[in-house]
Amino acid sequence: MDEGRPIFLQIAEQIENDIIARALPEESQVPSTNELAAFLRINPATAGKGVNLLVDAGILYKKRGIGMFVASGARTRLIAERRERFRDQYLVPLLAEAAKLDISAEQLASMIRDTPPTP
Amino acid sequence: MTTIARVTNVTKRFRHVTAVDDVSFSLDEGKIYGLLGRNGAGKTTLMSLLTGQEFASSGSIELYGASPVENARVLEHISFIKESQRYPDDFKVKHVLRSAPWFFTNWDAEYARSLAHDFRVPVDRRIKKLSRGQLSAVGVIVGLASRAPLTFFDEPYLGLDAVARQLFYDRLLADVGEHPRTVVLSTHLIDEVSELLEHVLVIDEGRILIDESAEDLRGSATTLVGAATVVDGFTAGRDVIHREGIGGLASATVGRLTEAERAEARTVGLELAPVSLQQLIVRLTNSSEKEYLAS
Repeated sequence: MDEGRPIFLQIAEQIENDIIARALPEESQVPSTNELAAFLRINPATAGKGVNLLVDAGILYKKRGIGMFVASGARTRLIAERRERFRDQYLVPLLAEAAKLDISAEQLASMIRDTPPTP
Repeated sequence: MTTIARVTNVTKRFRHVTAVDDVSFSLDEGKIYGLLGRNGAGKTTLMSLLTGQEFASSGSIELYGASPVENARVLEHISFIKESQRYPDDFKVKHVLRSAPWFFTNWDAEYARSLAHDFRVPVDRRIKKLSRGQLSAVGVIVGLASRAPLTFFDEPYLGLDAVARQLFYDRLLADVGEHPRTVVLSTHLIDEVSELLEHVLVIDEGRILIDESAEDLRGSATTLVGAATVVDGFTAGRDVIHREGIGGLASATVGRLTEAERAEARTVGLELAPVSLQQLIVRLTNSSEKEYLAS
């Protein structure tokens, strides 16, 4: 876990990543709060807080007495949200570092083209 | 949230030493608490007061609505695992496990047996013949299998190796998840337990220094690193918890920063580093970090 950020946010992000990567397909059951807590070795209340964040956002939904499931359309919605944040989260720091190192926009563009994509 | 314990202005004096000094706090049902502090800070005394094994010099302690002292109705809710538990001389491990249900109504013998197996504790061996680590494991087993609504673990792992400690954390989280209850864990190994805790109490020289949710404590301090002049310029007028410098470089730990302040710090060229719970407590209790790393 990353020291500086709230753990429950990191839990929520981890589940989101699994949904985006299709490790947790839509309409599949997600691990229970207790299973998550035991697996990640974190406090169950913290795990619950992270999961509830996704329930409130409609990414997960609860079936009473059965457990928690990934909502239909969750993946598309998560990708749309992540794309919106992409500029601020990745491009702005990238350009700041490039400016510091005197890398021009053209050089940067060709570096991006020449870098093989990670699988 | 139900409050199960309320400590109000409690002081405990031993002749010339004030071990607990005008302390007030409360415990909520179902949380895992960390009671953290240096050696001799008052952790064990505080736990002994809460479990009715010591009398407070002044102030009041209420557990489940009554004083714990000589009160069987309150004490049956409590399991207190001490760092150095004494047993009758000829007791074997199995005698400890067999007598436990006399004291703990929720005792789970099956679970205790499986824990003894996991921790590799020889149940037929005399307690006297156990190694320090095995003795600690017996305490951990009793604390977990008692399933008491309020369980105190006072430095439960003297002599336990890293594997056994990890096993303890795993079993604790899994069992508390299935059988919710309140746990108070006192420890030196702050980094190991920081993610297990829901609430943190830090005691220093008998006083409560921090009484905050673990989540709020995370990110409550930041270390700024950079050119000394820039660091000092940025921290001027702020509460600086800790500062150190080498040559023209300095690092300063300050309280919570807003997003805008963090951005400003980066713009002037400072590196921002998070402060772990352990570092924060070391800084606040003004002690050397080494002391917390030794187990």
